[in-house]
Amino acid sequence: MGYNKKVIDHYENPRNVGSLDKNQPTVGTGVVGAPECGDVMKLQVEIDEKTRIIKDAKFKTFGCGSAIASSSLATEMIKGKTIEEALEVKNTTIVEELSLPPIKIHCSVLAEEAIKAAIDDYLKKQAENAKRSKE
Amino acid sequence: MKLPIYLDYHATTPVDPEVFRTMAPYFTEHFGNAASRNHEFGWVAESAVEKARAQIARLIGASEKEIVFTSGATESDNLALIGVAKMYKEKGNHIITTSIEHKAILDTCHALEKEGFEITYLPVDQYGQVSAEAVKNAITPKTILVSVMMANNEIGTLNPIADIGKVCKERKVLFHTDAVQGVGKNPIDVERMGVDLMSLSAHKIYGPKGIGALYVRRRNPRVRLEPIIHGGGHERGMRSGTLNVPGIVGFGKAAEILQQVMPEEIVRLRRLRDKLWDGIRNGVDEIYLNGHPNERICNNLNISFAYVEGESLMMGMKELAVSSGSACTSASLEPSYVLKSIGVSEDLAHTSIRFSVGRFTREDEIDYAVKKVIETVTKLRDLSPLYEMVKDGVDLKKIQWGGH
Repeated sequence: MGYNKKVIDHYENPRNVGSLDKNQPTVGTGVVGAPECGDVMKLQVEIDEKTRIIKDAKFKTFGCGSAIASSSLATEMIKGKTIEEALEVKNTTIVEELSLPPIKIHCSVLAEEAIKAAIDDYLKKQAENAKRSKE
Repeated sequence: MKLPIYLDYHATTPVDPEVFRTMAPYFTEHFGNAASRNHEFGWVAESAVEKARAQIARLIGASEKEIVFTSGATESDNLALIGVAKMYKEKGNHIITTSIEHKAILDTCHALEKEGFEITYLPVDQYGQVSAEAVKNAITPKTILVSVMMANNEIGTLNPIADIGKVCKERKVLFHTDAVQGVGKNPIDVERMGVDLMSLSAHKIYGPKGIGALYVRRRNPRVRLEPIIHGGGHERGMRSGTLNVPGIVGFGKAAEILQQVMPEEIVRLRRLRDKLWDGIRNGVDEIYLNGHPNERICNNLNISFAYVEGESLMMGMKELAVSSGSACTSASLEPSYVLKSIGVSEDLAHTSIRFSVGRFTREDEIDYAVKKVIETVTKLRDLSPLYEMVKDGVDLKKIQWGGH
């Protein structure tokens, strides 16, 4: 089985690898997958509170080459987008972009879930902060 | 040094150039059918086959009449199990094997279960061994066959074949061993080991693909088999079909070379394997050896690299031809059943890599491999959220993972 060129490119030169400070109120963190399943993705977003634009995105992934490429591509896709636009990102776009074979589609699903989980975490933090400042 | 470096000798081996040279005339000049009894072409082919039969028999301490040629070890395993099951079904319907056999054994057992045979799959210990005691306790008056592999193809663990052979002899149960990975890596003697049936493959010992053999004991006791392939009654009726003469000639030559070089090769391969293991473990932390620390074949190394998934590891070190127990490398999406059977947790099974060295492995290739493995594991751990969590003091076992 050979790997697709784009997958190899993301694997060899992953974009946006690293971690953001998860304790910051402007940072949302999503961790999806499970070690027993062979994939865990951590995706983080830093969001501008006024414009709701994703200023920065970082990831770390335990998984196969396609999982690493999917999460790398996901961070690239959502950077500069608003929360609403980022939530529109579908796994099928990742599948097409990376030409993932059927057996690797779950990697793209996981990347989509990671985006949603990270944004969800940010929104929860924001809601909690708003509640706290009211009190 | 030529890249990529082949470190997957358990999967297959290149044909030794000398073997290839020996085979060549049997494709063109000496193309005769070994069953043609009435002319020179047939006689030449037949005598070449008989020479090979003797070379293979000598390697395992058998007599040449006890070697039945097959298309490979998968067929040998099928013939041993199905052949005994059908021939001795009046005597009993129970077969004992282990949970970490090759699929050629396990799937054949599943097929026999559908036909009413009862199979006991003995569990193995944390190293992948089954004890003679466990075999003894599993034998019932209905048991007709015990099949235990000599060495496991993934983790390299050796089983106590001679002890199991003794137990089988005492209880008058036939004993088959799949010796595909064991042959050439430890001395084999069917008498000393008490083996009645033994599966062998040529392409794992620097011979060609598509040829294998089944050793079938002829006396004390004389083992009889119901054939699974019917036809012209070749191989004393146990395996019909025109003999693959070039393949057989190559198999014989490969066996002869193996017997000559084995004592030195075992020492050399063990040294290279140990060098690889020492080099890797001095360079990265949190790695685990799968299989037995000592009672393993000299050329096998199976390591779990915690927090780094196997397929991505192989992708990062594509200059090394190795294999992985990770689910991502199999069509089934299930991690290795062998690692599972020895109690390796699923998360660690996903991180396992099997290295196997062989006749053409050189010292500088091992140096290169060590460097490449360390480099790739380090790079992927920088990318691993799990490694980061562990370094931050998070207990991964306490996290509620979602899965998918």
